[in-house]
Amino acid sequence: MIRTEELLLNVGPQHPSTHGVFRIIVKLDGEVITEATPVIGYLHRGTEKLAENLTYTQVIPYTDRMDYVSAMTNNYVLCHAVETLMDLEIPERAEFLRLIVMELQRIASHLVWWGTYLLDIGAMSPFLYAFREREMIINMFNELCGARLTYFYMRVGGVKWDAPEGWIDKVRDFIPYMRDKLDEYEQLVSGNEIFLARVKGVGKYDAQTAIDYGLSGANLRSTGVKFDLRKNQPYSIYDRFEFDVPVQTEGDCYARYLVRFEEIKQSLRILEQAVEQFPEDGKIMAKVPRVIRPPEGEVYTRIESPRGEIGCHIVSKKKPQPYRLKFRRPSFVNLQILPKLLVGETMTNLVTILGGIDIVLGEVDG
Amino acid sequence: MALLQNILWAAFLLVVVLGFVTYAIYFERKVIGWIQLRKGPNRVGPLGLFQTVADVLKLLIKEDTIPNKADRFLFILAPVITFVPAFVVLATIPYTADWQFADLNVGLLYYFALSSISTIGILLGGWASNNKYSLLGGMRSAAQMISYEVPLVMSVVGVILLSGSLSLNTIVEGQAGGFWNWNFLPQIVGFIIFIIAAVSELNRTPFDLPEAESELVAGYHVEYSGFRFAFFMLAEYVYVYAIAALTTILFLGGWHSPLPFLDFIPGIIWFILKFSSIVFFLFWIRATLPRIRVDHLMSLGWKVLLPLALVNIFVTTIIIEIFK
Amino acid sequence: MSDQKHVTEMDPKEAKKEIEENEVVEIVEPSPNQAKLDRLVDLVKSNIAEDAVEEAYINELDRDLPSIVIRSPYWLKTAMMLKESETLKLNYLRNVSGIDYETYFEVVYYLLSMSTDNQQDICIKIKADREDPSIPSVTSVWNTANWNEREIYDLLGIQFPGHPNLKRIMMPEDWEGHPLRKDYEPIDPEV
Repeated sequence: MIRTEELLLNVGPQHPSTHGVFRIIVKLDGEVITEATPVIGYLHRGTEKLAENLTYTQVIPYTDRMDYVSAMTNNYVLCHAVETLMDLEIPERAEFLRLIVMELQRIASHLVWWGTYLLDIGAMSPFLYAFREREMIINMFNELCGARLTYFYMRVGGVKWDAPEGWIDKVRDFIPYMRDKLDEYEQLVSGNEIFLARVKGVGKYDAQTAIDYGLSGANLRSTGVKFDLRKNQPYSIYDRFEFDVPVQTEGDCYARYLVRFEEIKQSLRILEQAVEQFPEDGKIMAKVPRVIRPPEGEVYTRIESPRGEIGCHIVSKKKPQPYRLKFRRPSFVNLQILPKLLVGETMTNLVTILGGIDIVLGEVDG
Repeated sequence: MALLQNILWAAFLLVVVLGFVTYAIYFERKVIGWIQLRKGPNRVGPLGLFQTVADVLKLLIKEDTIPNKADRFLFILAPVITFVPAFVVLATIPYTADWQFADLNVGLLYYFALSSISTIGILLGGWASNNKYSLLGGMRSAAQMISYEVPLVMSVVGVILLSGSLSLNTIVEGQAGGFWNWNFLPQIVGFIIFIIAAVSELNRTPFDLPEAESELVAGYHVEYSGFRFAFFMLAEYVYVYAIAALTTILFLGGWHSPLPFLDFIPGIIWFILKFSSIVFFLFWIRATLPRIRVDHLMSLGWKVLLPLALVNIFVTTIIIEIFK
Repeated sequence: MSDQKHVTEMDPKEAKKEIEENEVVEIVEPSPNQAKLDRLVDLVKSNIAEDAVEEAYINELDRDLPSIVIRSPYWLKTAMMLKESETLKLNYLRNVSGIDYETYFEVVYYLLSMSTDNQQDICIKIKADREDPSIPSVTSVWNTANWNEREIYDLLGIQFPGHPNLKRIMMPEDWEGHPLRKDYEPIDPEV
């Protein structure tokens, strides 16, 4: 008698395509997945617990290490939460600097995603092209704050460092350069038949499911829900700029690819306007007491990070340390849908779908 | 005496092939490095020329590990089974009109028959490692071999019909007198099918599913290390050599010059030029294309390549009959 | 010095909040979201139970966010109602946080409506005992709650009856204690 049995395959935590220390246990019938159980927590550092014994400013470097691909937006969400509690007015120049670095960060983050996603799919070269462009952004950040990955750039009330001489011009020059490169990327990848066959119709879900699972960012917008916090619940000075919210209706990996690709273009558009309107001079820090004691109460602020809605929930007891600090981490929430998407897919699609969700393990595990 | 001579020639060929493999790997890393804005190997020796030598040396002195639960005998046997056919098929390759080790009258058949044995080695290696990833890799390899061996053989039937022989030497002889006589023009469909199926047979990107590192870590050779791993590696590059040589012979006129007035240049130079451009082509697509998916691979093999190859044979036969 | 001044500045606001919590009607400047809050409270009271709402107030610090505290036994029913309700359609659960207030636990749900044009945020809080904390799971209503509730169970030790798979998510299965509790003592302080 021929007997077949299911193969229980453990993928990760050390695996080339799990983007860190993500682990997933899959039951395989041949190459088809019948059940998938994600196991997370390998990178849990207890940021929220640590924060309870640190002052607000001391927590900022910890946010850098959460979503290490997009540290600037994490810096911002915490500062923004404290500022909302304290009802602080941020100087114009600081707002512009924050906006510029956040949009540059969005581009850098999407470039990392683009490169690694194609690496997952088996194309090696795009990864190195994406990193060439990302390197320019990283160098700009380095010039601004002396760090390449964990910036610790923003503070409650503004930013720590002013833009050095000629920095804004560098950003200005970067915009047309990046547009040019985007066209190149499109020629290289976006029309490739093998690529299209790998991503079209893979990992499909509809808007209802996306909302039910609390997806945000490109994962939500790929299903036709036009929801971008920069537009729908504006923060910082986003309401002053003109940009579109890219939306696709397919809800598959290709739609998410297109949304992210278009987001880079929209970020460039915002940057173009921001650089033009950048104030000549001015303060970069608001008047903030040396010891930050936000009033008693609680606040939940949320902004649009490259991965989706990142939120910061602070419960303050008028102490220099937060009483409770909770981050709504978009990767963590977005990852929940994975087991649902994987059932019935092949092993190959596991990599495609996981990459398409765009997770950063530092953020998933908190 | 003749036997000794043969053995010496075989040893010489082995050295040539090993030299090719060494520098094919170097060349591949350099080419992909240039494509990917990197420098490639540049530290060991002048221009990094000894990089591969150092790598092989490292593999040689590395500890030879065999997993506890592995099937020891098959685990040791698998790399040998993969490598030996890769080397043996080279015997029938004619480099110039009179430089060939064995002019078999069934040369082409000999090549295909032996080269498919290598896959058994890959499947065995995947099975014997007792690792789920390598098992998946081995299964994929077997499935891929069965699906692509057929269109590969079918695609060259047109060439055989044109030249009326299975001997590689005779096939090249039939293509003399300028590039318009080369087989790739009348057999353009066969040529394209051959290239696709050949890349697939080589398990190289975009068909590198058995070792797809982003899915299966390293596929069938996950558990192999040291020189056993080197054997798999070596076999892969020897097949690159073999397939490039075979493509040159079957479709690109072998040692013949593209234009008659260039005949003064020795045939071996032409052979090496054509051969190198195919090798370069293989490296080039590796750096450019993403990996194809298993089910697409299967449907491409069975639903597109095989019917096309059959139509090609049919059309070729009719045309030969009409113009005879 | 500046610090001191800052604190005193904030005091009136705090006082205002106190008033607001006790007697909603007597605020000098009613918040723009007051009407929404009232409607929400009415809706819950009429559809679920008169005593379902423990407390309702506008969180002025957080951009006048309407916040209500629901009594734990009514939570699942209220959640279903909030999602199904034609006027609210709160179908998007954006965040769940658990807080240890030392005398009691609180779980905070931030909800949003994706289908109506007016994407109004609403904050809902549920209190739980310190001794044997338990809050009905709303995973069946919003799938987002699944891992969020597991995280809260893991780090704070609040039970969520009705959850499909209430297991530790961040910590190893055999971890002792719940790290985010204020009185948490690690077994091995060196770790």
